Amino acid sequence: MDFLRPASWEEALAAKAEHPTAVPIAGGTDVMVEINFDHRRPEYLLDLNRIGDLGEWEVGEESVRLGASVPYTKIMENLRAELPGLALASHTVASPQIRNRGGVGGNLGTASPAGDAHPALLAAGAEVEVESVRGSRRIPIDAFYTGVKRNALAADELIRAVHVKKADGPQQFSKVGTRNAMVIAVCAFGLALHPGTRSVRTGIGSAAPTPVRARAAEEFLNAALEEGGFWDNGRIITPSVAKQFADLCSAACNPIDDVRGTASYRRHAVGVMARRTLTWTWESYRGARRTTEGAA
Amino acid sequence: MRVNFTVNGRPQEADDVWEGESLLYVLRERLGLPGSKNACEQGECGSCTVRLDGVPVCSCLVAAGQVEGREVVTVEGLADFAKQRAEGGCASGACGTSLQNAQEWQAQGTDSQTGEGTELSPIQQAFIDAGAVQCGFCTPGLLVAADEMLERNPNPTDADIREALSGNLCRCTGYEKIMDAVRLAAARQSEAV
Amino acid sequence: MASPSGTPTKITQGSQTKGGIGESTLRPDGTLKVTGEFAYSSDMWHEDMLWGQILRSTVAHAEIVSIDTSEALVMPGVYAVLTYDDLPTDVKNYGLEIQDTPVLAHGKVRHHGEPVALVAADHPETARRAAAKIKVDYRELPVITDEASATAPDALLVHENRDDHHAGHVPHPNIVHRQPIVRGDVAAARERADVIVTGEYTFGMQDQAFLGPESGLAVPEEDGGVHLYIATQWLHSDLRQIAPVLGLPEDKVRMTLSGVGGAFGGREDLSMQIHACLLALRTGKPVKIVYNRFESFFGHVHRHPAKLHYEHGATKDGKLTHLKCRIVLDGGAYASASPAVVGNASSLSVGPYVVEDVDIEAIALYTNNPPCGAMRGFGAVQACFAYEAQMDKLAAKLGMDPVEFRRLNAMEQGTLLPTGQPVDSPAPVAELLRRVKAMPMPPERQWESSEGADVRQLPGGLSNTTHGEGVVRGVGYAVGIKNVGFSEGFDDYSTAKVRMEVVAGEPVATVHTAMAEVGQGGVTVHAQIARTELGVTQVTIHPADTQVGSAGSTSASRQTYVTGGAVKNSCELVREKVLEIGRRKFGSYHPAWATAELLLEGGKVVTDGGEVLSDLADVLEGETVEVEAEWRHRPTEPFDLRTGQGNGHVQYSFAAHRAVVEVDTELGLVKVIELACAQDVGKALNPLSVLGQIQGGTTQGLGVAVMEEIVVDPKTAKVKNPSFTDYLIPTILDTPTIPVDVLELADEHAPYGLRGIGEAPTLSSTPAVLAAIRNATGLELNRTPVRPEHLTGTQLSEG
Repeated sequence: MDFLRPASWEEALAAKAEHPTAVPIAGGTDVMVEINFDHRRPEYLLDLNRIGDLGEWEVGEESVRLGASVPYTKIMENLRAELPGLALASHTVASPQIRNRGGVGGNLGTASPAGDAHPALLAAGAEVEVESVRGSRRIPIDAFYTGVKRNALAADELIRAVHVKKADGPQQFSKVGTRNAMVIAVCAFGLALHPGTRSVRTGIGSAAPTPVRARAAEEFLNAALEEGGFWDNGRIITPSVAKQFADLCSAACNPIDDVRGTASYRRHAVGVMARRTLTWTWESYRGARRTTEGAA
Repeated sequence: MRVNFTVNGRPQEADDVWEGESLLYVLRERLGLPGSKNACEQGECGSCTVRLDGVPVCSCLVAAGQVEGREVVTVEGLADFAKQRAEGGCASGACGTSLQNAQEWQAQGTDSQTGEGTELSPIQQAFIDAGAVQCGFCTPGLLVAADEMLERNPNPTDADIREALSGNLCRCTGYEKIMDAVRLAAARQSEAV
Repeated sequence: MASPSGTPTKITQGSQTKGGIGESTLRPDGTLKVTGEFAYSSDMWHEDMLWGQILRSTVAHAEIVSIDTSEALVMPGVYAVLTYDDLPTDVKNYGLEIQDTPVLAHGKVRHHGEPVALVAADHPETARRAAAKIKVDYRELPVITDEASATAPDALLVHENRDDHHAGHVPHPNIVHRQPIVRGDVAAARERADVIVTGEYTFGMQDQAFLGPESGLAVPEEDGGVHLYIATQWLHSDLRQIAPVLGLPEDKVRMTLSGVGGAFGGREDLSMQIHACLLALRTGKPVKIVYNRFESFFGHVHRHPAKLHYEHGATKDGKLTHLKCRIVLDGGAYASASPAVVGNASSLSVGPYVVEDVDIEAIALYTNNPPCGAMRGFGAVQACFAYEAQMDKLAAKLGMDPVEFRRLNAMEQGTLLPTGQPVDSPAPVAELLRRVKAMPMPPERQWESSEGADVRQLPGGLSNTTHGEGVVRGVGYAVGIKNVGFSEGFDDYSTAKVRMEVVAGEPVATVHTAMAEVGQGGVTVHAQIARTELGVTQVTIHPADTQVGSAGSTSASRQTYVTGGAVKNSCELVREKVLEIGRRKFGSYHPAWATAELLLEGGKVVTDGGEVLSDLADVLEGETVEVEAEWRHRPTEPFDLRTGQGNGHVQYSFAAHRAVVEVDTELGLVKVIELACAQDVGKALNPLSVLGQIQGGTTQGLGVAVMEEIVVDPKTAKVKNPSFTDYLIPTILDTPTIPVDVLELADEHAPYGLRGIGEAPTLSSTPAVLAAIRNATGLELNRTPVRPEHLTGTQLSEG
């Protein structure tokens, strides 16, 4: 095994081009466990810790450019307003110690269906900025996950940042685990209301081979909200609409039975989380509307 | 490979490090600092918690090569670290150590079996006084995590304490005496101010 | 701590000495443990040491066709590769009671993760790579995983040609041991019953999950022997099993206890002890072995999973009529402590209740599942889960309050156990239930705050699954009985060597035992006993090793009783000798030396009237008094193999719990809000340590109620979750406040009236939590741990 320590992003890209099998390591949450337990012996480890840029973020007009290694703790502490869904998801990642070191780049690189950031990124809308010596490109989050623990990266590419749309409405994230902290998701659900585009987006974790959106559920809800004039009148969402949305979210799952939970439970739990997060976000949206109207 | 970094204020060099070694292994097996514990080596127990540039991390999840040029505080250095903080020195661990301090630093070993006479940090003393130590294997990680929490949040609620320590498993105590210990340290800290 | 309502223990000697029994003195090893300097077995280091690695079977049941170590042997940095063929003597098996466990697999593997070969190399990574190069050719065999497959007419035998002492009386060679208990006339009693309640209960496989992984350092010695620095629960039991395999006399195998990172039963059996010694003797170099967490799950026995069939009857005025029960424990591939677990499960299957007519059977199976043996509570845990569920069902059927129903049937001093043995010490079962019920209830809806719901206080915690939706509170009660000490005629003794001398003008006592300090605080208590008995303040606890006689095991809640008893006894003998010296030296100066009752207090010899006769330092000047003596509790006897009758136990420990839970009934997530406990401890030698034991035991019971289970694939008998990622133990956010009410009713047969305490809280915690979840959900819940699937009707079709 060789340990590559690039001092700059350019050096990192050059190293990755020269050694496409090199495994990038930043927070170490996934890679070190695999090494400690003898599950993986990469030829090269590519340390990204010395590249300061990866730990920085910029809040832009439309989106936040989040460096791949910005620790979850910083997301929770600093980006709660801009990226509320991701901030909530960050808070459910493993332990404080791991949140201090792990970042979204690791979740994306591993592309485990259980990664906590995925549902939040899917729901918010995001693009993954990847780069190689050949150039830079942005992969829409919907096209990023290509299979179980597989993503759209080419062998010579590294994840540099994620561009996450700034919240234009309430967002929520829920995750089921059988412990009250430090637990890998049995399944997870992210929901974002986008009043600007009068749309909702979802993200489901650990209930299909990859993180997925519940597109049929989104379309149904978009239509139902539009039809009922909910965005304007701010009425409480009818229970039947919420139920239909939840059922469609369950139907979007393609889960397996494993030691963490049964397929049947996962489907059920995603439905419950879908209904609850819809209620929470919609209540929040109505509250914000009332406040705005009251002020106007 | 060779790795140079600072541990408890003292420059350290580890040679012939296998590239897959963790910071935890280097501390325990190469630098004679086995205080950080090897309970799970998968980031699920917190027993190996150290401060890396001031931030609590699982040292089992840090590749040895990643600590090149960085600063680590382990449980062995916690008493000194807390003392410096109390004296108004650098608290974060990221501000470097003066040459003089580095030279003065030494492991706080004692001859007696009980370690009597050792100077302890407030959180260490509180763990002993409150009965928070049984087998003690989780203790070093908990101490580093709890000390850092009290640095950030001197008056934590019970829920704050539980959240801050939720990455540290203990199998002996049922956590009640650990809660007592952190409350005790917080109370003593606020009395001292 | 509540004041005792019974007879307090009267203590005269040492009552004036600081730091004696009854005080919450602090741990002598506390400072070393908080500074990181306490040397655990995995912290050992030696110049030139090698690292040992174990190659384990990847399948559960197979013939070994061949093992090829040639590639591993030629790797640079590899010093030795050992298989069964390299074992030095004819003794190739070990075991606690039955020597059925191969040091290295021979011809066959019987469970997933069984040790097959050993490597010693200069770096752990070299050792791992070499182990990976050993080629083992397996021919797989069908797996035996439950009672049906174990006792089927054509079942393969897990162990052929059994000749152990249980082989003759078991109904099938795949049954390790069977213990029936028959008393009274169940058929007649059944006729008297107005209600009959039955249940099939399942208890999952729990792991001790001690945090310090199995580890140790074996150092070869010049005389051809070996010195092993090791974490264990019983040095002498290890020694007895290690030496014959090495072909060494016991005096050439020296053992020193290293720091032990928890045990809970999981270190009663050997793990890497023999392996490290074999590699050290072969290479002539010190060899260190440290399991990682993955390996640890394969490296020690677990708590027996169990199936329990129970039938109780009761009259309409709420009196139990009879019990019929059958308990099937899965012992896995090797016997370990299975026979004794069977004895406990059967003899305590009634619980702390009066039931005169019983028909009980407990068996342990041999299967290809992971071996199971000792874990805190030892057979009594599984039974308690079942009988307490039955008590709730009976109370519900009779329309009675569950606590009142239990109190109505609670045993008391003098009650006969189903084995015919009278309980001859206080049995405050009804009182413990009364106390735990009387404790104030935690407030409702604590999660509500002005800023909305605090998810940390809700089911799901930080995962943000509910803001109160679906959350229902439930309350449940349970009580249990655990035997203390080794039962069934075992010669359960301990040895203590106590020395008194003057050091720097001060009288100092040194206590030397082989007791394994595993975190429980035995070292604290021994020093307290010495202070009380010898009237000194300075006590040195000598490191535990095999240079002193056996202390027995740190298990069965027995060490404070038995090794504490041995320390007390040796101190008394030392005290007598000291007084003899005093009489010889100073008797002529004061008549009280001859006439008065003399005590040692505060470093002085005093009369019972308080008159000081001499400084201890003066008495001991130029003298060293040392006594090494064995001490035994009252003997027990085996249970009759046919009827189960016999005075098998020496003491009992009782605890009761009240659990308050909040269940997210839609998602099936549970938050335990509070787990209150009331326990009788006889005499709290160190109240702070007592609380620590009760709270720690309670939390392990909580773990197996809602999350802890080793999942074994029934098709392959392979372990599916050998890691802390998927074997979950409670975090501080899962663990509630645990208020404790301690009762101190002396057991006149025990030193200071004390009672073993470590296990009882683990028994009743689990069924109390289950009862509370049932109360919240209305579900029957006949298995533990409860998973979200069970609360939401989404389990597998076969589950």
